[in-house]
Amino acid sequence: MRRIPALTMPNINRRRFVQGLAVGSVMAAAPGWLQAGITGLTSQSSAPVLSGRAIDLVIAETPVNFTGVTRMATTINGSIPAPTLRLREGDEVTIRVTNRLPVATSIHWHGILLPYQMDGVPGISFKGIAPGETFVYHFKLRQSGTYWYHSHSGFQEMTGMYGALIIEPRSGERHHTDQDHVVQLSDWTDEDPMHAFRKLKVQSDVYNFSQPTFSDFTQDVSSMGLKAALEKRQMWNQMRMNPTDLADLSAATMTFLMNGTTPAGNWTGLFRKGDRVRLRFINAASNSFYDVRIPGLKLTVIQADGQDVEPVTVDEFRFGPGETYDVLVEPQDDAYTLFAQSMDRSGYARGTLATRRGLSAPVPTLDPVEWLTMADMMGAISHEGMSREGMNHKGMDHSAMAMGSMDMGGMDHSKMHGGMAMDHSQHSGHNMPVTNHAKQSPLAKPSSTVRHARTEYGPSVDQRVDTPRTTLDDPGTGLRDLNEKGLRPHGHRVLTLADLKSIDGVLDDHREPEKELELHLTGNMERYSWSFDGLEFGKSTPVSLRHNERVRIILQNDTMMTHPMHLHGMWSELETDQGELRVRRHTIPVQPAQRISYLTTPHDLGRWAWHCHLLFHMDAGMFREVVVS
Amino acid sequence: MRSFSAMNNVMRMKTMNWLAVVVLSASSLQANDALAQMDHGEMKTQGGSAPADARDPHAYSDGFSLISGPYAQSGPRQLKLADEHSFWAVLGDRFEYQEDSETTVYDLQAWYGTTYDRLVIKAEGDIADGTLEESSTDLLWGHALNAYFDTQLGVRLDQYDESKDRQWLALGLQGLAPYWFELDVTAYVGDNGRTALAAEAEYELLLTQRLILQPRAELNLYGKDDPDNGLGSGLSDLALGVRLRYEFSRQFAPYIGVEWTSTYGDTADYQRAAGEDRSDTQVVAGLRFWF
Repeated sequence: MRRIPALTMPNINRRRFVQGLAVGSVMAAAPGWLQAGITGLTSQSSAPVLSGRAIDLVIAETPVNFTGVTRMATTINGSIPAPTLRLREGDEVTIRVTNRLPVATSIHWHGILLPYQMDGVPGISFKGIAPGETFVYHFKLRQSGTYWYHSHSGFQEMTGMYGALIIEPRSGERHHTDQDHVVQLSDWTDEDPMHAFRKLKVQSDVYNFSQPTFSDFTQDVSSMGLKAALEKRQMWNQMRMNPTDLADLSAATMTFLMNGTTPAGNWTGLFRKGDRVRLRFINAASNSFYDVRIPGLKLTVIQADGQDVEPVTVDEFRFGPGETYDVLVEPQDDAYTLFAQSMDRSGYARGTLATRRGLSAPVPTLDPVEWLTMADMMGAISHEGMSREGMNHKGMDHSAMAMGSMDMGGMDHSKMHGGMAMDHSQHSGHNMPVTNHAKQSPLAKPSSTVRHARTEYGPSVDQRVDTPRTTLDDPGTGLRDLNEKGLRPHGHRVLTLADLKSIDGVLDDHREPEKELELHLTGNMERYSWSFDGLEFGKSTPVSLRHNERVRIILQNDTMMTHPMHLHGMWSELETDQGELRVRRHTIPVQPAQRISYLTTPHDLGRWAWHCHLLFHMDAGMFREVVVS
Repeated sequence: MRSFSAMNNVMRMKTMNWLAVVVLSASSLQANDALAQMDHGEMKTQGGSAPADARDPHAYSDGFSLISGPYAQSGPRQLKLADEHSFWAVLGDRFEYQEDSETTVYDLQAWYGTTYDRLVIKAEGDIADGTLEESSTDLLWGHALNAYFDTQLGVRLDQYDESKDRQWLALGLQGLAPYWFELDVTAYVGDNGRTALAAEAEYELLLTQRLILQPRAELNLYGKDDPDNGLGSGLSDLALGVRLRYEFSRQFAPYIGVEWTSTYGDTADYQRAAGEDRSDTQVVAGLRFWF
């Protein structure tokens, strides 16, 4: 990418910056080849659709204007998002990618099983695509569902190189639908991404304008008293942790996009009354988690990461970069707002589902910023029942701990969400076969013994979690107890990982794992460094797996941010802390102080990437190579 | 700034073991960690050292590396991420005009390097009547000590327009202490057995997201008298200031403030002998910036 002039924040109209330009988008007139294949009831600004077994993609620089400032984007076939590829399961596809950038590029097919040479990670799968060169991707589609594709070079993904990849199942769709819309969420910054990254290295909270202030403190003093107000802050300040560290890049630099359209632009997907509409939500953002809802509509989740799940009806879901959810809705009114607020509540992407163009529905206001809690910092702070075998808690007297200071959010513990691991008895709420194994082998269940790496005690790690929470039913900070806080109507349900269960037949390998790996997600927010086990990529060694072996991977998040972990080349099959297989994913969000595990069977030889899909965390070093041999 | 000279009997430290001071500083940091840990019972969630049975982060590699083993790309390693890049920054903590003395003061820090190893330049100086009256410049190698602190090793060059320049070897610590105090403590060894210690602490109180009150304290100690430059041994000078800035952006923040400085011991005597006040209060207006 050409280096974009690194300006400090221009004094442009704030509202225009957050909302974007109504007409903001790719500026170049669309060439004819781009227009081909636009089908169906799509909106004015949806990406073009390409289908067939042979696809040509051209990567080039294209001027864009989302905020009133013209910037150079890296685009695929001149559009943002890139063309939606509609392919067919079982087909052998040939995708020719021509690089017209002055620098090397690549395309990675996110979530697709293929030979490693086709995976598109420069330096791991291949050499990358040099300027002027055409690389021919050729692979057989062994799966179906909603996926996406993006550059895996530098920050090109962040500057426009992402598109939807839909693979139609050979056997036909499981769910009949009348309309089918891709809803691809992303984010855009007018800054050169490397400049934004450097700013975070200098001051890691540079984009955080929701920091605890003295005014907040005085308000807390008047509402909860001086002692409680001090206690609420004590541990955060002592540990040099920021309770509003929810996103590295906020709306202070980001404009949030839905199908490449700004909130003001209002991307619109059409339907006829009575239609059953399938929405293929793809989080193609570089660094933004989104909380998605459509006020007035129930969302029936039918796919996660392209794989069918048992339908589950919710009102809202959170997803991070890399994740996809397919959702069915049955709209009866004329217009509904698709509302996707960023996890840090600094802004939102927005569009409309309507019976005709030009309609809109009320746009919700952003929720207040919610502080991270002690559960996010330290995990399972249980009063009793923490005596799970192997956890060395001797001498750790929880009752003696100052509960006031632990109760950071001023929460009533009895009301805390079950997902915050306060109540381990709730595990059985998932009908888990807790003691079904007649002879429990040591690997029947994931180990609960926390084992920090020796490299977690150095400058690269600002904190470690000794008592992680292991349940999957926490919607995460900002989405907990929304009814009680009066932020959502009664009965509002937020999707959690515990709600996801692959339909029968998806999880086809029921062998017990032959080995178990434990890795920790680590970071130092002050230095803005991210890593596995305290080792950034450059200091790391690959994780070696045997071809076709069944492996358990335990990921423990020792940081205070949620990391969407994406393992290339093989599935990540999430299990409960009791060892019950639940759902097949390619990208699994791991919440602060959470310890999760998944099983994988590497069917494809080669070297694969494994990383946090927050692009800046990946680039900072939360990245490992996996060798399958 | 260092406005200098003489000796406070109480603070008299003729033969200071500067290394011991640094060690003490370092151990007080460790003590902070220990305190943080005690509050969490047995949990050691920050700092500390790895137990003997800590997990080997390379245990899963089967001896393979990023450039060796099956399916590794040929040639030199191509994939290098930001952890192997160098970054840079220039931070102008104080760039201000002091009203009473009609002096312009700068206090800048620049760095270039990686997350854990950096070339650090610290520059402070006074400009009056278009002349750089005195300045102090540190050239340091900064190396990460723990999550929040860097050790700094290098040299300091003091320049005086009307008296003797001095050169020092420098060994210091800079970082963020619990409760968000920014600390910078450096010990110096110069020629003829000269020693010095400079310490600085800052805090940022966010009144709002953009209106920030910054108290700061700075003190200088010397091991022996330097009559040429009007510096006495022991505690030489102390500055306490408070600045209120408005961050139009995080990188551009004009401020106003008050700075009180006082000299002690022989430094105060030198100051009096030169017909100047022992202590002094300045109204300041300036710009905090970084890029």
